[in-house]
Amino acid sequence: MLRAVVAFAAAVLVAFIVLPLAGLLAHITPGGFAEALRTPAAHHALQLSAITTTITLTITLLLGTPLAYVLARADFPGRRLVDAVADLPIVVPPAVAGIALLFAFGRNGTLGPLLHAFGVQLSFSTAAVVLAQTFVSAPFYVRAARAAFAAGDRTLEAASATLGMGPLRTFAYITVPLAAPALLGGAVLTWARALGEFGATIMFAGNLEGVSQTLPLAVYLNLESGDLPIATALSIVLVAFSLFVVAAVRLTAEREAA
Amino acid sequence: MTLRFDVRKRLREFTLDAAADLPAGVTLLEGPSGAGKTTLLLLIAGLAVPDGGRIALGERVLPAARNVALVFQEYALFPHLDVAANVGYGLRARSVPAAERALRVRRALDRFEIAELAGARVNELSGGQRQRVALARALVVEPAALLLDEPLAALDPATRDRVRGELAAMLADIGVPAVFVSHDPSDRAHFGARTLRLERGELAR
Repeated sequence: MLRAVVAFAAAVLVAFIVLPLAGLLAHITPGGFAEALRTPAAHHALQLSAITTTITLTITLLLGTPLAYVLARADFPGRRLVDAVADLPIVVPPAVAGIALLFAFGRNGTLGPLLHAFGVQLSFSTAAVVLAQTFVSAPFYVRAARAAFAAGDRTLEAASATLGMGPLRTFAYITVPLAAPALLGGAVLTWARALGEFGATIMFAGNLEGVSQTLPLAVYLNLESGDLPIATALSIVLVAFSLFVVAAVRLTAEREAA
Repeated sequence: MTLRFDVRKRLREFTLDAAADLPAGVTLLEGPSGAGKTTLLLLIAGLAVPDGGRIALGERVLPAARNVALVFQEYALFPHLDVAANVGYGLRARSVPAAERALRVRRALDRFEIAELAGARVNELSGGQRQRVALARALVVEPAALLLDEPLAALDPATRDRVRGELAAMLADIGVPAVFVSHDPSDRAHFGARTLRLERGELAR
């Protein structure tokens, strides 16, 4: 009896996840799918998402790796506070992140006049898309990298030092390769979160085709305007990417455990 | 070449205060757990900074980056590199050209009779093989001094007896000062040599 109840509850939740996603496929024919993806709107959204998530991931790796290392290894006053702050965007609602970014970097924001003086206008630009994505998605990589660096074997780094390697080369030859599976997993999560980013982007970067209309925004706009095939086709693309991400994270985790 | 040290380092329960002149050849460093033996090795290796004192080879005071090799208790071999890359690591650090590096690695592998393991991963090696790789890695850079932190402790008793004999033979003709941390009084018979005894941070001869 209990077994049946547990199985039923599990089946309901799994079906609840699978059926709507699979149902996307029922709303479009293969021909319609291909045709929708060839429209300029879809093309622009795909291209913009590819470019912005790549830049976001690059920024996250360059800035997030040192931060994660410092959080894992250094002991300084306020470390726990910085640690908590670095996690904050994971739980802050994206719309709040968007309005906060607007207040900080928007034309009338705190840094607006300064940016304006240098001829930079961030809000409602592609750069704003990258900032919004970085804000919400970088913490996923930082968390994974911090855990990996904290778990790293310090003796191996000491061995590298006694063999004459300086700190930077020890980091590159020993610390990073040993942490690589976890770093890769974190990077994939960050990329996936950046790809799906919607709330902060639409508030801070707007919804302009070719400028700030990423895949999720294009899904929303084309649904609103009644162009269902494009919304459906782009949704299927996003689900496919998500499936890839889940599989990739699982595989690296399993390989690490082995 | 004589290894001279005269160092002080505050530890949790006492202050390590040790001075000695060690000629070439093996010196056993004995003492109970927590006496400061590993700390003394780390100071000589440059992995820990003394609160005072100096460490010199001959008359030359050693800089922070020093040519002193340390064989760690569990060997600390790099698991993501094969045996040849482990052995060549210190040469890579010294920017030795690839061709010369390959030659010197091959010679070291031959000397320690592990040439057939060149392409093996660390996790495929037995305890005795790991120790040979660790020694080859430490000696291939021709260090001015060699430190060994209980290099037999990670081995099971049966292997230990065999490997101890091998290690004694390999260290017998070492031309530089070698400090060997030992827990086992019977090591003396195998490594002959001088013995230093460290208790609560102080050396007794």
